[in-house]
Amino acid sequence: MRGITKRFPGVVANDAVDFTAAPGEIHALLGENGAGKSTLMKILYGFYQPDAGEIRLHGTPRVFRSPKDALRAGLGMVFQQFMLVPSLSVVQNVLLGLPSQGWRLDERAAAASLAAAAARYGMAVHPWARVWQLSVGEQQRVEILKLLARGADVLILDEPTAVLTPQETRDLFDTLRRLAGEGRTIVVITHKLSEVMAAADRVTVLRAGRLVGTTPTAATSPRALARMMVGRETFDLPERDPVTPGPVVLEVRDLWADGDRGPDALQGVSLAVRAGEIVGVAGVAGNGQRELGEIVAGLRRPTRGRVVIAGRDRTGAGPLDAIRAGLGHVPEDRLGTGVAPRLSVADNLILKSYRDSRFGRGPLLNRQTVHQVARTLIRAFKIQTPGPDTPAGTLSGGNVQRLILAREISAGPRAILAFHPTRGLDIGATEAVHRALLAQRRAGIGVLLISEDLDEILQLSDRVAVLCGGQIMGVVRPGDVTVEQIGLLMGGTRLAVPEETA
Amino acid sequence: MSLLPAAVFAAAVRAGTPVLFATLGEIFAERSGVLNLGVEGMMLVGALAGFVTTAETGNPWLGLLAAGAAGGVLSVVHAVLSVTLRANQVASGLALTIFGTGLSASLGKSFVGVPAAGFVLAPVPGLERLPFVGPVLFRQDPLVYLSYALVPLAWYALYRTRWGLNVRAVGENPEAADAMGIDIARVRYACVVIGGVLAGFGGAFLSTAYTSMWIENMTAGRGWIAVALVIFATWDPLRAVVGAYLFGGVNALQLHLQASGTGLPVYLMLMAPYVFTIVVLVFATRETARRRLGAPAALSVSYSRTG
Amino acid sequence: MRLERRPPSRLAAAAAPVVSILAALAAGGLMLAASGVNPFAAYAVLVSDPFGSAFGWSETAVKATPLILTGLAVLLPARMRLWNIGAEGQLQCGAIGATWIAVFTPIGHSALAVPALLLVGMGAGAAWCLVPAILRAWLSVNETITTLLMNYVALLLVDFLIYGPWQDPQGRGFPLSPVLPASAKLPVLVPGTRIHLGFALALLAVAATAFVLTRTRWGLEIRIIGDNPDAARYAGINLTRNILLVMAAAGALAGLAGAGEVSAVSGRLQQGLSPGYGYTGIIVAWLARLHPVATVLVAFLLGGLFLGGDGLQISLNLPIAVVYMLQGLIFFFVLGGEQLAGSRVRIGPRAPAEGGR
Repeated sequence: MRGITKRFPGVVANDAVDFTAAPGEIHALLGENGAGKSTLMKILYGFYQPDAGEIRLHGTPRVFRSPKDALRAGLGMVFQQFMLVPSLSVVQNVLLGLPSQGWRLDERAAAASLAAAAARYGMAVHPWARVWQLSVGEQQRVEILKLLARGADVLILDEPTAVLTPQETRDLFDTLRRLAGEGRTIVVITHKLSEVMAAADRVTVLRAGRLVGTTPTAATSPRALARMMVGRETFDLPERDPVTPGPVVLEVRDLWADGDRGPDALQGVSLAVRAGEIVGVAGVAGNGQRELGEIVAGLRRPTRGRVVIAGRDRTGAGPLDAIRAGLGHVPEDRLGTGVAPRLSVADNLILKSYRDSRFGRGPLLNRQTVHQVARTLIRAFKIQTPGPDTPAGTLSGGNVQRLILAREISAGPRAILAFHPTRGLDIGATEAVHRALLAQRRAGIGVLLISEDLDEILQLSDRVAVLCGGQIMGVVRPGDVTVEQIGLLMGGTRLAVPEETA
Repeated sequence: MSLLPAAVFAAAVRAGTPVLFATLGEIFAERSGVLNLGVEGMMLVGALAGFVTTAETGNPWLGLLAAGAAGGVLSVVHAVLSVTLRANQVASGLALTIFGTGLSASLGKSFVGVPAAGFVLAPVPGLERLPFVGPVLFRQDPLVYLSYALVPLAWYALYRTRWGLNVRAVGENPEAADAMGIDIARVRYACVVIGGVLAGFGGAFLSTAYTSMWIENMTAGRGWIAVALVIFATWDPLRAVVGAYLFGGVNALQLHLQASGTGLPVYLMLMAPYVFTIVVLVFATRETARRRLGAPAALSVSYSRTG
Repeated sequence: MRLERRPPSRLAAAAAPVVSILAALAAGGLMLAASGVNPFAAYAVLVSDPFGSAFGWSETAVKATPLILTGLAVLLPARMRLWNIGAEGQLQCGAIGATWIAVFTPIGHSALAVPALLLVGMGAGAAWCLVPAILRAWLSVNETITTLLMNYVALLLVDFLIYGPWQDPQGRGFPLSPVLPASAKLPVLVPGTRIHLGFALALLAVAATAFVLTRTRWGLEIRIIGDNPDAARYAGINLTRNILLVMAAAGALAGLAGAGEVSAVSGRLQQGLSPGYGYTGIIVAWLARLHPVATVLVAFLLGGLFLGGDGLQISLNLPIAVVYMLQGLIFFFVLGGEQLAGSRVRIGPRAPAEGGR
């Protein structure tokens, strides 16, 4: 790829980027969130057309108008959102749209060749299992097998390890190495330095849409890469004043719960959050975090155990009860759960507090009061919006999050549940969220922070609980352990480190 | 059960057949992700087309073709609105029903009371003499036999062909299907048209086989019952048979009770099929929730490719 | 052919429904011509009958009255993403309730007859709508199908009553209930016309619905649920209670329409009490884009269409079903027009999508 430029309204995603990958190598594409890595690969895969530049495959210039073109040319991309049909089996998913098929489905033959291919590359698959029953790692393997079945000899993987345990990550790179060993080209988009050093032969670094450089991994170091990625050597850590934690404001005791995937998504989880502290819950997605969050917020019932908010047992009571008990909730899915997108900013700001008597007598709603309060909150929390009547869905991600924070914080909660609060936000918005959470901590609110971003958890939390397979593997202080040790906890190994009593 | 003559069971099969056609058709449409609430309108249009063609040409098989064509053409409108224009599928289906009801009633006005020679009973020689099963299953109209053939055909097409796999994928996860090179629009159009054609067949059965006449609104809600039965059938052609014949059974039973003069008020008994369908829907909803079987995940959600 | 999303300009958004309706009428004209009817003659009747004279307007208002109410009966649940296709059955139950009170109880012959029959009618409609509402709220049963099936049951109930226990002894065997007593007839609002109290009540209902939606807590809850049920749950809003309340209110509105029709228009319970007002209510709600105030305008339009259809029957011997055909066409074209207004048409091979990251 040479001189690739791509502009979107308001941003230049790729600015004259050059990128080459050779057969038989694993090439990492490194950069922070928003650096343009995904866009570059999506251009290669035919999702977008570049505004400038050209693509050459095996030396011949090519134009890919759609992913189908790219697939036919031997490119295959594994996205973060898998392109699998959950209710169909593995075999059926691999067979879907396969050009070599006749009009009849021959699942048995397909299963046999599938098993053979899987064995060859060190992957374990259950051909007849339905995709929704598989773990994320297994689903990813199906995606890869799908592409191999179509004869892909260039494989692009977009943040493949975001959802894997350390063991699964090792298996994945093992597979990729075998595939590369047969002459295929592997491109891995990632932001994890450790993986780049461990698995890649060469690495290309992008920053803010521009190419910073390409180098063999043997010739560089994590620090050098970090510098190329970020442009500066040190990271700004938000200030954390020492705060003495007060009484327990939020507690779960011996929580057991079933999840959407099956029973016992949570097994005997106990955790306490005190006033003035941030407790982080770390772990690979899918290990019970969602169920934990939903139970605390009153959106799911546990099969066993207790939820105590501000000293009162709220187990099994609904979300309204949790709200009334003083729980603020910044949900995982901003637009999907946290706001009503077509309603105004003002209406969204009173989404939970409209029952308050200050907004009107009896059944009536006093729109003037609503507007007043809305304007105050917009100012105080610096929500960028044309006005209180703008539909909330038109705000940028960061401003939607500011809206949600404004709403939750202004309600004067005793405890806040923050679930992936900075997912998909740019650096400025992320810092704003972090500052807000730390301010709450200083003000004596207890914060339960559930996040996939280990860095975020380590930066913000006073204590970190690691969730794996629905159980708490350990509760540690960020200063006391190394990242590797946390990684082990996330992967399911309990430490010999004496645990904090939760 | 032995209290009831075999004739009642035969009547159940007959009464269930139009609904079976419509249900099978709607299963295809919904499996591809398109909710088609216009079944009632398509059945009526098919019924009229079938009747008129039969009356004019004397050939009920031509009538069947005409009925299928009529239902199919009407369903294309729904497909255009739902798939290409991405309009709200519920609204589009309702519009189709209103239009189809009005169209058939207007055009059919001059055919009320007109006689036509429809299908005649065609017993299968030999098979019809089997005990119990014989008279029930094999002393029926040719269209009933057609419906017998359609069920395994539908099953095979859906589960054992590449096309059927595409249909199922499109209905569950169109993004994935699109990424794998499947033309979503083409699959959905095909399935909606199949639904329309089969609904037309169901209507034709009513006007050329079950009876041989045209009455305004003669489907009396069977199209809607078919939509409900699709849920009961958990979108599977084999279970559709069970649902359709159960419905037919309620119908036949109610007629039998009327005929044998049990003194129950006629109009209250006529309510039975509708109440039955509601009850069936309640159980079907609970069961699909419990067994984690669901509607095709992309049902009634318009698809557009996003970057 | 493909469509790409593009937010409609204000002009397009406003013009789309008008253009769509005109296009629908044009298509209808073609269909009429194809079946041997002079479309211009037909449309002349369709326009002049309802809108060409003061009396025509008043009759249109009479037809618009139940349409406003059934339109609201579909609109209110639709704001919460519920489809109430059962307005027709709820209307019939309202008529049944009103007939019962007026004919078969002493209240019906007293001064309280009118308020009583209106209230009972509303109650009956609400009760009829509560059955599917309960099934939806507690058992997640699809309300689209259940409300519709209840229509058929309601119509059979009416048949049962007027062929059976409520058959007018002086009706010479026709399926009719006894005539409602004079005390139970809704007062006429404009002398010389048939515009009755129901019209005023319908306008009141519009105002009340608009008020509830914009200025009450309940209305906010409805709008939140309608916009994003997940957010509503997250905010602690009780979905079950709201489903029941909204559907009951909708049923009451449709029941009010039925009570009005039986009391002021037909004078007795009979078949054909409603030429499908409940179903047309769906179109009213949709064309009004779920804004209560707009239902008045749309109801007049569609009411005029019904009136014109009556005229077509008389002067051109066309079946009333032509009106349904036209209504269906209007619905189609408006649906399609909305989508086209909000998109740009592209013909040709697919180019990859543009858009954000």
